Amino acid sequence: MLKTLLLTTALAATALSPAAAQEKTDFKVAWSIYVGWMPWGYLEDSGIMDKWADKYGIDVEIVQFNDYIESVNQYTAGAFDAVAATNMDALSIPAGGGVDTTALIVGDYSNGNDAIITKGGMGLADLKGKPVNLVELSVSHYLLARALDSVGMAEKDLSGVLNTSDADMIAAYATPDVTTVVTWNPMVAEILSGPDATKIYDSSDIPGEIIDIMFANTEVLDANPAFGKALAGAWYEVMGLMSEGNEDALTAMAEASGTDLAGYKSQLDATAMFYAPREAVAFTESGELKSTMTNVAQFLFDKGILGEGAPSADFVGVAYPDGSVSGDKDNVKLRFSTEFMKLAAEDKL
Amino acid sequence: MRLINRIPSRAVRPLLIVLPFLVVLAAYSIASEIRLSANPADKILPAPSTIIATAERLMTEGDKRSGRILFWHDTAVSLRRLAIGTGLAALTGLVFGLLIGLIPYARTTLNGFVAFASMIPPLALLPILFIVFGLGELSKIMLIYIGITPFLIRDLASRTAEIPHEQIVKAQTLGASTRVIALRVALPQLLPRLLQAVRLALGPAWLFLIAAEAIASDLGLGYRIFLVRRYLAMDIILTYVLWITALAFLLDTALRWLSRRAFPWAGDAL
Repeated sequence: MLKTLLLTTALAATALSPAAAQEKTDFKVAWSIYVGWMPWGYLEDSGIMDKWADKYGIDVEIVQFNDYIESVNQYTAGAFDAVAATNMDALSIPAGGGVDTTALIVGDYSNGNDAIITKGGMGLADLKGKPVNLVELSVSHYLLARALDSVGMAEKDLSGVLNTSDADMIAAYATPDVTTVVTWNPMVAEILSGPDATKIYDSSDIPGEIIDIMFANTEVLDANPAFGKALAGAWYEVMGLMSEGNEDALTAMAEASGTDLAGYKSQLDATAMFYAPREAVAFTESGELKSTMTNVAQFLFDKGILGEGAPSADFVGVAYPDGSVSGDKDNVKLRFSTEFMKLAAEDKL
Repeated sequence: MRLINRIPSRAVRPLLIVLPFLVVLAAYSIASEIRLSANPADKILPAPSTIIATAERLMTEGDKRSGRILFWHDTAVSLRRLAIGTGLAALTGLVFGLLIGLIPYARTTLNGFVAFASMIPPLALLPILFIVFGLGELSKIMLIYIGITPFLIRDLASRTAEIPHEQIVKAQTLGASTRVIALRVALPQLLPRLLQAVRLALGPAWLFLIAAEAIASDLGLGYRIFLVRRYLAMDIILTYVLWITALAFLLDTALRWLSRRAFPWAGDAL
């Protein structure tokens, strides 16, 4: 009896122990449905990923999640080696949770994909004293904070924010007591297609602040540079197909995201994709990224989501390609690296 | 002596009762220790001491924004939803259970319908409930109500039908009308059974409450759990889970106590 117990405990402990950093050949990548991440599904289905993995003698499994936050949580728990996430969620969930994380491929930034939508012709100033429905603590919440800030208001000027699941946002907007929602594509497109819906603010008003990135576990990446190379190689091959307007690839991505080619193209118009690795490198090396991350860290701290032990917004350090650090230099957990994007730009993959 | 005839002595009993709790606690502590030694900032299995510190903070410190202690607000809001939903369901269950169990016309008309309606998975109705009742309090209470009422009606109807026919005949020979039989013969026998059924229904009621709060809300125990899931605050989640379990246990114990006090003749079936 006691033996069984000890064995079970030991097993449970092993199952829950974090991913060990060592050389390995099998890697798992998590992603979820979003306009800028559809290439991850396509490169898995089309065999492009396998081609690049074979080139480096490794095996990469790309897993699609229906629930975005669950994919980030699974990565943080150590079940995945890389995950597609936004700069904000990577700072609060894995980095805030002590998992050293590297931004491997900066894929795009939202340039209109996230939006504030109102009924009855209300503007930003009219939100005073009204409730807003959104996924609390998400990039939507951040977008709302930035929008209110632009007209000299803050969240306390609203009557409140109501946490509403992204899956229920469209149904929620159809009910009379919901007057304002903040959400992202494809929900934005669907809500705006109805009558009486006005977009009053969107992420193109704060370009470059909501960034969609493929993040990898720093320790895994350091021990296995082949993993980073295979991912970057496969990614930029698909970027090449997309920038030259390859209809097969685009149609496959459109269908996988539940729309048609025209619908997907209009979502891409609201997304600043970095098709060329050069552009991604330039963006990652720009000084604006630093001020964005400082803004984001302040927002996360104000909402109390940087973790319980967080004494200030500078609790987690963020390292940039030029070697500088924002936040705590002794607790760097989020790193922006241009190493693999540069290899792609120089055709060295 | 055979194992089946061995009874734990008075001295050993408390130890045996505590044992499974200790085993779970030990297993958790070991797993947590392993993870924390690899990454001191790990959020997935916080140390038991962290959970206790978090629980203390949640129960005593106000929110940054409003200054309210969210833990007690969440509890009050959730318990209110649970009480209204379960209360309405109990009342409906009692009335329709009596009608279906006693009156053949009601039985023929409603039995099939209730049996059919009870097969609808209530969570599948959530999107419809939101459109019909809005995203406010009403839809959350309605989910609990719709979720447990058919079960209560069916249970109470069959228990009404179990009342010995001789009693009904006897009451009639003494001149009792249908109303008197329902109120003086059936109802007193049904009330203790209602409490039992409500105790059984409370499990699903909690489930529906938390599911509804997870989808759209700004206060409540379920809301908080699904909100802090966004940044993997397991210490808060575990505190809330333990608190919900304690609340459910207390509610169940209170109902059993009430049942024993109010209907001592009914015995202690559960």
